[in-house]
Amino acid sequence: MFFRTALLVMRKDLTVEVRSREILYTTLFFAVSCILVFAFAFVKEGEVLGDAAAGILWIAISFAGTLALGRTFERERHAETLRALMLAPVERSAIYVGKLLGILLLLFAAELVLVPLVALLFSAALFSRPVLLVGLLAAGTLGFAAVGTLFAAMLVRARSRDVLLPVLLYPITIPVIIAGVRGTALLLQPNVDQAMVVMWLSLLFAFDVVFLTLSLWTFEPLMTD
Amino acid sequence: MRRLFGPLLILSVILFAAAPVLIAQAPYEQTMGLIQKIFYFHVPAAMMMMLSSFICGIWSAIFLLRKKPEADRIAVAGGEMVVVFGLIVLVTGPLWARIAWGVWWVWDVRLTSALLLWMIFCGYLLVRKYGGPGADKLGAAMAIFGMANVPFVYISVDIWRTMHPKTTVVTTLGEGMAIPFWFCVFAFLVMYALLFTARVHLEEQRARVEQLFLEAGDL
Amino acid sequence: MVPVLTRVIRRSWRWSAAAAGGLLLTAASVLAQPPAGAAPDGFVPISQLPPAHRMPAAPLLIAAYAFVWVALLVYLWTIWRRLGRVEGELKQLEKQ
Repeated sequence: MFFRTALLVMRKDLTVEVRSREILYTTLFFAVSCILVFAFAFVKEGEVLGDAAAGILWIAISFAGTLALGRTFERERHAETLRALMLAPVERSAIYVGKLLGILLLLFAAELVLVPLVALLFSAALFSRPVLLVGLLAAGTLGFAAVGTLFAAMLVRARSRDVLLPVLLYPITIPVIIAGVRGTALLLQPNVDQAMVVMWLSLLFAFDVVFLTLSLWTFEPLMTD
Repeated sequence: MRRLFGPLLILSVILFAAAPVLIAQAPYEQTMGLIQKIFYFHVPAAMMMMLSSFICGIWSAIFLLRKKPEADRIAVAGGEMVVVFGLIVLVTGPLWARIAWGVWWVWDVRLTSALLLWMIFCGYLLVRKYGGPGADKLGAAMAIFGMANVPFVYISVDIWRTMHPKTTVVTTLGEGMAIPFWFCVFAFLVMYALLFTARVHLEEQRARVEQLFLEAGDL
Repeated sequence: MVPVLTRVIRRSWRWSAAAAGGLLLTAASVLAQPPAGAAPDGFVPISQLPPAHRMPAAPLLIAAYAFVWVALLVYLWTIWRRLGRVEGELKQLEKQ
């Protein structure tokens, strides 16, 4: 029942998104513009500075993620559908999981474009260890989206939600971004230090577990008046 | 709570006046010399910062789950004091680092994560101030997640190779240093209690004013 | 409208006073040291530092302790001020 509800919520979001593709296109466009701006800052005489590619990739993902989160819940607010969802006789946490899954799919779709793009534009050897890369991206995105979904849902009713989402979200998710950037930067080295990558990956998993548990635990009281 | 205020004030003034004397008598550290004495204020302030973030986080959770407004008042006081003591930590730290490491700031795990914790609670205060209606819940959620970051700050030094002295420094102090150090910790604790009771009292009075306003509005 | 404005002004005045105090202190601590040349890039143990880069520790130490004292006192003072104002409001309300 729990997972069916979650899947239904996710399907609802995806159906809306597939019809308009608004969030995916705008988010992607924004992320690519970010990458372009960074290209001017970190490429000097044709050479990419240090591990810039890893940082650029994660910044693009987190900026795009913030945009997608804000827009997804703005849609709900506009039609007052979040309240309708909350009134439904289902577990609140299932709604949270459904929203989270929807946002995760959206971000993964964006990453499918962003990662090859960064690898191509900055000639970064991102695909030298595809399994580790996928692990880092999945765990990092999950950690970011877990906190993001909770805060974006809470902010639906707040007055200055556009300003407050980054204020709330960035300080708390910076550890996740740090772990993601450092792990990805290690993959760019000629000799990949696998043990260290696994260390960052396990740290990301630890954050995922903590953030998901806390989110599931607080979603219900936070969304109740 | 309010009756405690006078004795705590006197006690903390005495303790803080006595602390420099004890610190001055403590033996010099071999490699760092005089500047090591910042440690006697830096570390207790960091301890109070962590204590305060736990107070803020735990009472935020109580506020969220039990819906008690009293818990929220304690959480606000805790959150504000994370920022105050965090500022002390972040100012005294670089002053020490300038001598010991030769630079003001290093992007080291420990320093970054301490700055991060401070930023989270600055964000907490921002949200509480500008969040409008519902800001108390938003802040509570932020405090709980902020508290989840504290172990990360604490453990970071011991797991990763970092330049920051390890946390075991505290438990392996020689006797000459341990006495002034724990004296300072006690002084900071008393000072913390003083500021905390005053801040909670302020929040209680504010709640009373709001209550009176509401009642006046009803009439 | 007017009371809100005055409150905002008063509040921001207090914060700017606190910020100015902090700034003054840091400025004093920076000025108190002789200019020690550029900071070295690597992190060299203090004993291996060339003497020109070494700074006297005493001003920094005093600055640190002064900052702790001032920060705590300023914070206590802000609480006291806020409390005074709230209690004033309380008295006024109770009279009504």
